[in-house]
Parts: sequence; structure tokens; C-alpha cells
Amino acid sequence: MIDYISQPWAWYVSGPVIALIMLLLLWAGGEFGVSSTLRTFCSMSGAGRKIKFFDFDWRSQLWNVIFVIGAVIGGFFSVNYLNDAQPLALSQATIDDLNQMGIQFDGHLAPEEIFNWEIMGTPTGWIIIVLGGFLIGFGTRWAGGCTSGHAISGLSNLQLPSLIAVIGFFAGGLLMTHFLFPLIF
Amino acid sequence: MKFLRYLFIGILFGVVMTKSEAISWYRIQEMFRFQSFHMYGIIGSALACGVLITQWIKRYKINNAQGSQIVINDKTKGWMRYFFGGTLFGLGWALTGACPGPLYVLVGNGFSIFLLVIASAIVGTFVYGLLRDYLPH
Repeated sequence: MIDYISQPWAWYVSGPVIALIMLLLLWAGGEFGVSSTLRTFCSMSGAGRKIKFFDFDWRSQLWNVIFVIGAVIGGFFSVNYLNDAQPLALSQATIDDLNQMGIQFDGHLAPEEIFNWEIMGTPTGWIIIVLGGFLIGFGTRWAGGCTSGHAISGLSNLQLPSLIAVIGFFAGGLLMTHFLFPLIF
Repeated sequence: MKFLRYLFIGILFGVVMTKSEAISWYRIQEMFRFQSFHMYGIIGSALACGVLITQWIKRYKINNAQGSQIVINDKTKGWMRYFFGGTLFGLGWALTGACPGPLYVLVGNGFSIFLLVIASAIVGTFVYGLLRDYLPH
């Protein structure tokens, strides 16, 4: 059993489980939207005293903070106890494309040559880590949600605004991957 | 007790995001290069199930664990905030290979540098709060 679930999960298993998480969160009294936690952290740090947008009762959002703490634990648990130690089955075309940009495929979930603390000694590191994080925080709040809030929760509720947001997500992702990556790497 | 529920749902989320490899920077690159069906399959099947679940909840007025009816709010109308905000997030999604959920899961996976990505994302959200009144929505 453990060996079985330690293999990578197929998309047709993973997708329904993600939908189940949305259902469980609604059942528990919350909703599925992870980027809201970033706003909660601003409010918890006292940003509400100066800025109205953060002036709300962050205690009412504590459940979502508990949820993301669970997400950290779930990640830790998976990598330590549900790990078959096989390299990621990335498509050869992607491996070749990344190679051309000078990024070696190392078989892990993320390239360890990029996602380590030493990268902060380079301009590339600041672009990926700091600018990348900033764009996630700024963009999701402006759009009022991220992949969970718009692509899953919003589209599941057939919301046109969520469709526009998801089109934006892909516009930004494609622009970065195909036009800006060659300038950064 | 109430919080324990969220903790367990969060753990399940961390497991599925890791085992599905949806938190993988490589998988996100593969997706934006249209070189595999994997990520589209995950999002597509989650969405198919999600539509059924949401319609079921709305049609049959399903209650939550507290016994009150589950309310799923509509998003406010408009397009500018969704398109421009969405595009900025998409740039960050491709750069870091992560959306907000995976940021947390990746920290659990041992990529501690993502703590700095989360900190930057909190700053980004803060700056949005500062500039909110000057941005089109």
C-alpha cells in the first residue's frame, strides 16, 4: 500500500483529490483559496493600522493559516515517507529546452542549482526568488485569487471573472517562459 | 477540534500537491511549453469534479459541518483586475514554478529558499494594499 501510493500520482487521481479538498474545506466552513493567507499575514503583522485593506479580523481567517501549516507538514511527510526516490518523469522536449538555457535537469521536483540560498548572491536569484515572489503576492491580490481560488473554486462555480483571471495567469506564464526566460537565463 | 480538521485537510493537500508533482518547477515549465498533458489533466479533472461538486452543493443546499448552508459567493464583476492582476501572477508563477499553495508545500519538501519567496509574496500583497486605490479594478 505504502509502496503503491509512494509512486507519483496520475493526473486522474490527483485532480479529483484536489476537488475533494475544495469540498472538505467548504464542508469545514472555509473555502479553497490559498493566496488569502498572504493578506492574513499582512493583517496579523499590524498592517491594518495604516492600511484599510488589511483592517479586518484576521482571527476569522486563522483556519486558512492552519490549512497551510498542514500543507507544509503534508509536503514534509510526502518527501520523507511517501518517496519512491525515482527521478521525475519529465518529457524529453522540456529537458532539451531547459538544457539549451543552461539548466540541467536533476530529477528533483525543482532544480536544486536554482532553488538554494547561494543563488541569492546572483542577480538571477533576486529575479526568480524576490521578484517572482513579489509578483505572486501582488498579482494574486489584485486578481482576487490564485490557482485555487480562481482556476478551481471560481471556474467550478462558472464565474466569468475567474475565466478572465485564468487567461491572465496563462498570458503571464507564457510571456515569461517564451520571451523573458531567454533574457534571464 | 475545528482547527484539527483544517490541519488534516492541509496535510492531504500537501501530499497530493507533492505526489502529483504539481509543485514542480519542471512540471510548470513543461506545462507552459505544452510538452505534456500532465498538468492540464490535473487542472482539468479537478475542474470537472469541482463543477459537479459545486452544482450539487448549490442545487441541494448542502450544509457544512456547523449545520448552516454552504454559501459560495459570486466573484465581483469587471475584467481589469482579473486580467492585469492575473497576468502579473502568471509571470511570477512561471518564474518560481509555484502558485501560493505549492509555496508552502515546497517548504515542507525541504526547499527552504521558498520561505524567502513567501516573504516576498507577503511584501507584494502589502504593496498591493498600499496602491489599491490607484489601480484599475
